Amino acid sequence: MRIQHFIAALAALLVAGGAFAAGADLGSTTKQATNWIAISMFAIFVGGTLYITKWAASKTKSAADFYTAGGGITGFQNGLAIAGDYMSAASFLGISGLVFANGFDGLIFSIGWLVGWPIITFLMAERLRNLGKFTFADVASYRFAQTPVRVFSATSSLVVVAFYMIAQMVGAGQLIKILFGMEYIYAEILVGSIMMMYVLFGGMTATTWVQIIKAVMLLAGATFMAISVLLQFGFSPEALFTKAVEVHAKKDAIMGPGALIKDPISAISVGMALMFGTAGLPHILMRFFTVPNAKEARKSVAWATTWIGYFYILTFIIGFGAITNLIPNPLEFFVDGELAKGLKGGGNMAAVHLSKAVGGDLFLGFISAVAFATILAVVAGLTLSGASAVSHDLYASVIKKGKANSADELRVSKITTLCLGVLAVVLGIAFEKQNVAYMVMLAFVIACSGNFPVLFMSVLWKNCTTRGAVAGGFVGLILAVVCTIGSASVWEAVIGNPKGSAWFPYNSAAIFSMTAAFVTIWLVSILDNSAQAKKERALYADQQIRSETGIGAAGASGH
Amino acid sequence: MTKQITDNIAANPRFLQFVAKRNAYGIIMTVLGAMAYYGFILAVAFNPQFMATKMGEGMTTSIGVPIGVGVIVFTIILTWVYVRRANGEFDDEAAEIIHGASK
Repeated sequence: MRIQHFIAALAALLVAGGAFAAGADLGSTTKQATNWIAISMFAIFVGGTLYITKWAASKTKSAADFYTAGGGITGFQNGLAIAGDYMSAASFLGISGLVFANGFDGLIFSIGWLVGWPIITFLMAERLRNLGKFTFADVASYRFAQTPVRVFSATSSLVVVAFYMIAQMVGAGQLIKILFGMEYIYAEILVGSIMMMYVLFGGMTATTWVQIIKAVMLLAGATFMAISVLLQFGFSPEALFTKAVEVHAKKDAIMGPGALIKDPISAISVGMALMFGTAGLPHILMRFFTVPNAKEARKSVAWATTWIGYFYILTFIIGFGAITNLIPNPLEFFVDGELAKGLKGGGNMAAVHLSKAVGGDLFLGFISAVAFATILAVVAGLTLSGASAVSHDLYASVIKKGKANSADELRVSKITTLCLGVLAVVLGIAFEKQNVAYMVMLAFVIACSGNFPVLFMSVLWKNCTTRGAVAGGFVGLILAVVCTIGSASVWEAVIGNPKGSAWFPYNSAAIFSMTAAFVTIWLVSILDNSAQAKKERALYADQQIRSETGIGAAGASGH
Repeated sequence: MTKQITDNIAANPRFLQFVAKRNAYGIIMTVLGAMAYYGFILAVAFNPQFMATKMGEGMTTSIGVPIGVGVIVFTIILTWVYVRRANGEFDDEAAEIIHGASK
C-alpha cells in the first residue's frame, strides 16, 4: 500500500518540479527549457521500474532477499547489472566530453576504468562468492575476530560509499537541471526518493533489475549513436578522424596524448587506484553474492568486462562524432553561437547534444532519460551496500554478535536505507557549489588502500592476523584521505590555499597508501604472536578449502 | 559430513597442487593484464610522440588509437580465456577432488 502512496507523491513532485522550472528565470544559462519528451520518457522508465519494484517487494521477505536477491541472479544478468552499476552518468558524459575536448586523452582515461576488472576476475570473484554471504566483510573476517574487522570494513565501506555518493548526487542535480530544466533541489529530492523506493521496497532484486534495464538502455542508446556517426562516414574511422581533425580547434593534437598524464608517478599511482580500487568497492563486491555459485560469479565479471569495454569503445566514437557533428553547427549547440564560449550546458553535454544531432528531439529525450536512470541505478547500488554495512556488519555481527534474527536485521537495513537516502539528499544539496571532481577518485584510492589489501591478504596469506588486517586497513584508509587532502585537487581547488602550496605533489595517493597498507598488514601480522593469531593461522586451511572449492559456501537459497 | 570431506581434502596433496596451479594461472593472467595497461600508460607518459605517430603516409589515424582499442579488446579476451579454463578444466578437477573426498 505504501508504495502506491509514494508513487502519487512522486508524480506530483515531478509535475511540480517541471512546472516550477518552466516558469523560472529564463536568463539562467545553465538551466535548459523544460524538456517534456525527456520527462515523459523518464516517467515511463520510472513507472516501469516501480512496477518491477512492486513485484520484487513481494519476493523480498528475508535479509537474504534484501541483500542478495536470494542468490538467484544468473551470471549474464549479474554481468549486466555490474556494468549498470559501474557505467555511471559521469563516465558516459564525462568521457565522451573529454574525447570531444581533447580527443585521444579520453581513450587513455577510459582504459584506466577498465583495468580493474581482470584483477577481480583472476583473483577475487570466486573467492568472494565462496566465502561471503552478504558483504565483503564476511569474506575479510572469515577466520578473524569479528568485531574489529567488521568495524574496519563498515567504516571503510561507508567512507567509500559517502564520497562516491556525493559525487553522484551533485552530478545528478546538475545534470537534471540541464536536461530536464528542473531546479537543483527538486532534482536531488526526486533522485533520493525514487532511489529509496527501489531499495526500501525491492531490495537487491529491484536494484539489480533497475541496473540491468538501465545498462541495456545505455548500451542500446550508445550503440545507436556510434552507428549513426560511423554511418555518416561510410563506417571508416579514418574518414571520421580526418573530418574531426579538420574542424577541431586543436587540429592534429587530438590524435595523440595531451595533458592528461603529467608525470610518471602520478600515472602509475592513478593506475593503481583504478586497477585495485575496483576490487575494493563495496557496492561492486556485493554483487558477487547475488549469484548461486563461483561459476556464475566468474561469468558475471567476464560479461561485465565485455559490456564495459564495449561501452568505452562506443564513447570514444561518440566523442569524435560530437566533434564532427556539433562544431560545424555552433548556432545550435554552443553558447551564443560562439565556439569559444563552449557547449551549451557545459563540456559534459557533448553526448547529449550529439543525440539530438543524430536522432532528433525524441532520441535526445531518450538519452536524457537514460542519463537520469543511470544515476538512479548507481545511487541505489551504493545505498544498498551502505545499508548492508550498517545492518549486517555493525548491527547483526558487532552489536548482536551474530545472533540477530533475519527480521530484525531487515528492519535495521530498511531504517538505514531511509537514513542514507535522506543523508544523500542533504549532502547533495550541501555540496552543490563545491568542486566534487576529486571524490570519485578518492573513493577508488580508499577502496584500493583499505578494503582491497585487507581482503586480499585475509584470503590469500596464511599468516595474516586480525591485528595485521585491522592496523593495515586503517593505515591505508587514513593515509589515502590525508594525502588526498594535501593534493592540489583538494588543498588548492577545494580548500582554497594558494596555487603551488599543495604538499602532496601527485594526482593520487594510491602508490603510497596502498603500499603502506600492505606493509603494515605484513609487519603487524608477523609480529603478532598472540594465542588468537595462532588460532587464526590454524583456521587458514579450512578457509582455503572453502574459498577454493566452494564446499560449505552460502547456497542460492540456503540462508 | 562436511567436516569429513574437508579433512579428506586437506589430507589430499592433489588439492594443494591444484590450488597452486590455478593461483599461478590467475597471477600470470593478472600480470599480462597489468603489463598491457602499464605498457600503454607508460608509453603515453614517456613517449607521447610515438602514440601520435600516423598509421601510414597521409593518414590521420594515429597508432595510439588501435593500440588503445587493442588494450580494451585484449582485456576482454583475457577475461574470457581465464573464465573458460576456470569454469571448465579447473572446475572439473575441483569436482574430482571433492568427489574423491566424499567417498
